[in-house]
Amino acid sequence: MSDVASPARGRHRILLGAAAGVGKTYRMLLEGRESAGLGVDVVIGYLEPHDRPDTIALAEGIEAVARRRVELEGVVLEEIDTEAVTRRAPELALIDELAHTNAPGSANRKRYEDIGEVLDAGIDVISTVNIQHLESLNDLGFELTGVRVRETFPDSVLDEADEVVLVDLSPQELRDRIKAGKVYPAARADAALANFFRNDNLQSLRQFALREVAEDVEARRAPAPSRAGHANPVLRAAIQERILVLLEPSPRSARLLRRAWRSGQRLGADIDALWVQAPGSSLTEDERVALAALRRLAVLLGVHFLEEEDGDRLGAIARTVADRKTTYVFLSRPQERRRDLLGGRSQLSRLLDAIPGVDVRLCADPGDAKVAPG
Amino acid sequence: MRWFRRTAKAGSHRVLVAFAGDDLDSVVLQAALRIARAEQATLVPAYLIVVPLTQPLDSPLVEPVGRALPILDAIESEARRSGVPVDSRMERGRSLRDAIRRLWSVEHFDRIILPATPGAREGFDEHDLAWILTHAPTETLVLRPAPVIA
Repeated sequence: MSDVASPARGRHRILLGAAAGVGKTYRMLLEGRESAGLGVDVVIGYLEPHDRPDTIALAEGIEAVARRRVELEGVVLEEIDTEAVTRRAPELALIDELAHTNAPGSANRKRYEDIGEVLDAGIDVISTVNIQHLESLNDLGFELTGVRVRETFPDSVLDEADEVVLVDLSPQELRDRIKAGKVYPAARADAALANFFRNDNLQSLRQFALREVAEDVEARRAPAPSRAGHANPVLRAAIQERILVLLEPSPRSARLLRRAWRSGQRLGADIDALWVQAPGSSLTEDERVALAALRRLAVLLGVHFLEEEDGDRLGAIARTVADRKTTYVFLSRPQERRRDLLGGRSQLSRLLDAIPGVDVRLCADPGDAKVAPG
Repeated sequence: MRWFRRTAKAGSHRVLVAFAGDDLDSVVLQAALRIARAEQATLVPAYLIVVPLTQPLDSPLVEPVGRALPILDAIESEARRSGVPVDSRMERGRSLRDAIRRLWSVEHFDRIILPATPGAREGFDEHDLAWILTHAPTETLVLRPAPVIA
């Protein structure tokens, strides 16, 4: 046994943004400067200034650990020198872009692995990343933005971080910053605004980031033992989330159920799934097969499968929400027919009226999304 | 100019591509998509989970499901891009043979596609493939994965 106790693992604070340009690196440097002002020993482990004058100015005066240089086919790449950072042993290291893939031949393939080593050395780390790099959102991000992100990081990095902080900027403010040449050189601004930084893309990515941080906060608010079974039943009832998934006999309900299960895992929530069939109605063969598949999927996921026969679907849903103490309802986007909208009353608005005080998540079916020509 | 690639209406034909492990080989997936598109069929990617005897067969399986979901998401995404209707499954059994048998006993498939995974710890070995070819209720194709370049 070694006489030297290994240092306690450092604390990891991740600054999460919806897109490039929201100010993550700037915020990282600001926090570094504030810590240094309080007497903390701070170094820059790796900084990606993107030639932004404000960022470069803010980094001045903070010690930067020399980068490791890697020559690849005549091009010199620079990477974080993890050994040098741990040898320098500061109290806090600022490390930009945790999803970055290191140059071939590096000891670690990904920068978040470098960050792991720095944390293991007992050094606190503030790092930055954009939401679309998150592995589990990669496909959804691609569906919505048409841009496939190659540099991803596993969800566990976010789960294991001590703090995840959203660096938020409204889509319009971000577009204004791009127009003003604060994010990209003026020559690239128009192309950026017309492509990735379109308002709809930014809205979607911002929603992802907000949701991710909200769920992360929920998960941290209720520590695992409490969520699994708090000794105090009153307290447990107060903090316990319970999800209800509204099913229909179709493949898109399987996707909805899987999405709800993922959220349930993060929130430590129990999940019910409800199928309401009108009395006397019959299912097609395809629907019967789909419903049977949903039942099997529910068992696999540990989801309580509930079946009701009721001509009043909304009434059945409201009753189940009350009986099961549901806090969060998941449903696919209703396929509204013109007559459902008569009088301006959509199925969704009637549902919201029927279950006041319950959060509702309307899940888009990627199958309905536009696919870029290719 | 065509801005939308519409996903074909779900066909009555169903093509099952069953697999296990950490991935579905891209060569096998592309072949399955081509077949499904040509037959105007729905592709049914099925992730098979082996439940050890120490565990009840009907218990929730968090860890394998966590592995399966990103793979199924990726396959569905690829299918949508290819315009092929998709209807994923996760199926369990005491062995891969048991899992696939359970699936074809409750659902009809017009064609079954299997990736051969020689030497792999997870996936169908030659004995599984021989058994499936003998017992499958429909035409079965065994596809070789992409060659590994050393």
